[in-house]
Amino acid sequence: MSGRRQLFRGARLIDPESGRDGPGDLLVEGDRIVALGANLAGNGDAEIIDCGGLCLAPGLVDMRVQLREPGAEHMESVESGGHAAAAGGVTTMVALPNTEPPVDDVSVVEFLARRAREVKLAKIHSYAAATKGLNGRELTEIGLLAANGAVGFTDGVKAIADALVMRRVLAYARSFDQLIIQHPEEPSLGHAGEVTEGEIATRLGLAGITPMAEVIMIERDLRLVEITGARYHAAHVSTAEAVAAIRRAKAAGLPVTCDTAPPYFVLNETAIGDYRTFAKLSPPLRSEADRGAVVAGLADGTIDAIASDHAPWDQDSKRLPFSSASCGIVGLETLLPLALELYHGGHLALIDVLRRMTINPARILGLAVGRLASGAPADLLLFDPDRAWHIRPDEFRSKSKNAPFDGRPTRGQVMRTIVDGRTIFARDLSGGAPR
Amino acid sequence: MQPYAFRHRHLLGIEGLTSDDVDHVLDLADGYVELSRQPEKKRALLRGRTLINCFFENSTRTRTSFEVAGKRLGADVINMAVAVSAMRKGETLIDTAMTLNAMRPDVLVVRHPESGAVQLLSEKVDCAVINAGDGSHEHPTQALLDALTIRRRKGRLGGLTVAICGDILHSRVARSNIALLNVMGARVRVVAPRTLLPAEIERLGVEVFHDMTAGLKDVDIIMMLRLQLERMHGSFVPSTREYFHFFGLDYEKLKLAKPDALIMHPGPMNRGVEIGSEVADDIDRSLIRHQVEMGVAVRMACLEILGRDLGSDSNGPAIE
Repeated sequence: MSGRRQLFRGARLIDPESGRDGPGDLLVEGDRIVALGANLAGNGDAEIIDCGGLCLAPGLVDMRVQLREPGAEHMESVESGGHAAAAGGVTTMVALPNTEPPVDDVSVVEFLARRAREVKLAKIHSYAAATKGLNGRELTEIGLLAANGAVGFTDGVKAIADALVMRRVLAYARSFDQLIIQHPEEPSLGHAGEVTEGEIATRLGLAGITPMAEVIMIERDLRLVEITGARYHAAHVSTAEAVAAIRRAKAAGLPVTCDTAPPYFVLNETAIGDYRTFAKLSPPLRSEADRGAVVAGLADGTIDAIASDHAPWDQDSKRLPFSSASCGIVGLETLLPLALELYHGGHLALIDVLRRMTINPARILGLAVGRLASGAPADLLLFDPDRAWHIRPDEFRSKSKNAPFDGRPTRGQVMRTIVDGRTIFARDLSGGAPR
Repeated sequence: MQPYAFRHRHLLGIEGLTSDDVDHVLDLADGYVELSRQPEKKRALLRGRTLINCFFENSTRTRTSFEVAGKRLGADVINMAVAVSAMRKGETLIDTAMTLNAMRPDVLVVRHPESGAVQLLSEKVDCAVINAGDGSHEHPTQALLDALTIRRRKGRLGGLTVAICGDILHSRVARSNIALLNVMGARVRVVAPRTLLPAEIERLGVEVFHDMTAGLKDVDIIMMLRLQLERMHGSFVPSTREYFHFFGLDYEKLKLAKPDALIMHPGPMNRGVEIGSEVADDIDRSLIRHQVEMGVAVRMACLEILGRDLGSDSNGPAIE
């Protein structure tokens, strides 16, 4: 009954859950990790993979990804998104429900699970909509959706704006111990704006959103979490005030977590430069002070997770006047190198950068992945933390190329990605194109 | 030993009643159950008295039940349906009360969509007032008829474990039953999704459960409440399908209760929403139709108790 054996020899094993960081071997049998340690024997029949001292870590768990299937497969499909994830070292990703139709019905959750099984690349889980049709009014079948595989509930890139609806969503989800993920932006302060208000917005003549729109929504939600006791997660936190509010809530013992995405710690609002729509995000890029606060929030653990916030858009959605352009960037294939800037910049230890993309999101989502341990799924990432390269969006496997990082020099590259013992990506270092 | 006396002029709620009060009503009602099963069902106790059913909210079964009860005791029963749209708060209600009062009824049976409205009206009239349901506050005769139903089947109320399941938030039946069962020494549980539970409900003396599996374990009585579909959909619970899956009573969930657990529902039922038809119609387990029969007897008992004092009250000087 034992499956194929693979021995990863001579690696630097990094497991944020246990704190292990040192040289060692790792033995995989079938789809499971069966042993970790020094000088493991492969028992003859095992395939030996020489890691050459590179880092072997749990595959990345990306808790915020938009796949455009069903509905807009020309921008991204489960398959193209799966290849992008594989190239990015992501072995588990969670898709937002803002598809067409939205994931507000059990049948759509099951559809996505089936597509992921057929494609057999990275593992895909879905969030389901918190409200029907993402309309912000009526609750979805949270109990049935959770029983059929939804790992959390959110209205995706829309805030759950109405306080009473949010209260009921939280209270109802609490009955089923489900996680609610908020896009934290008070829409009445944000709907006219496309950039953070301030000098740059003023000079460009763009309608600004006050950065306080984020903390206003988070503070409101935290009060509702106090009443309901529900598990709450704030997505892509981007301002100093929001980080501070969540820090206080955690100190007070509320069941609150949050993530951020690489643009919010590697870029600031100046990246929009001369109306660069590829740098148009929701929430918008912030001031340098806010960027610094996000880095500090990551360093002290206030920000639990780093997600790619992968938002694929075709050229037609981005090659538009700034205020008409869609929000978001593709992120799966740049998640690791951009996150590693925190390590190379001396802000976080390597193991702590990885912690925010492995065991932390896995725990928030209640998924049994994100760890190197005997018996755990063999979802692995082999990477070189120092290898220098330039980001080239036209080489992305994602169907969409909307990233403001073209030509950006970066360090740290995925060498091999393994899901359930299957290699789904391996970089060809002989000079040819990666297979 | 002092003879028992019911010390209230009105029956506005269970809150404030003693276990002696409840026992007394139920003892009288037992007699009226027997009477109502005779071919000749009439007593002359309230002959010459006027009972006005004053319903500011639609009702068929409660109004009819009071009408039958009043007529069996010999009273003249008048049904007055007040269009809700014509009614506003405060002064208008008081004006209506004064108008009714001028007709010199002996008993007013009042239902009103707003909590506290029946008490307000009772303060403005000279006759006895029975609350037939005010908003989400109290529905005392429903709790009494439920108690009679349980007592006749189980022989007691004290020591039983009763689970009240469903829309506790909007339910006056739940509040009256919680009060009554507590005063009689039963253990009360409420089982509902958090969106259908009012804040700090545990302070009313109940154990709170959010899933039927734990909530129904080893209970003697399961009281299902009506899900008010017209205002529920999407806002308090996502769908009737999901509600039935997690909170609807079927045999699967019934198995968790004691083997001799009995099922109640104040009606009208939404079959397939809060209760499955096969469970609702199970003659060994469901008391739902008994509840309706007990309703008439309990209301006769309430009318008798309040009617005892009418003699002194109604013999005041005539107004010119």
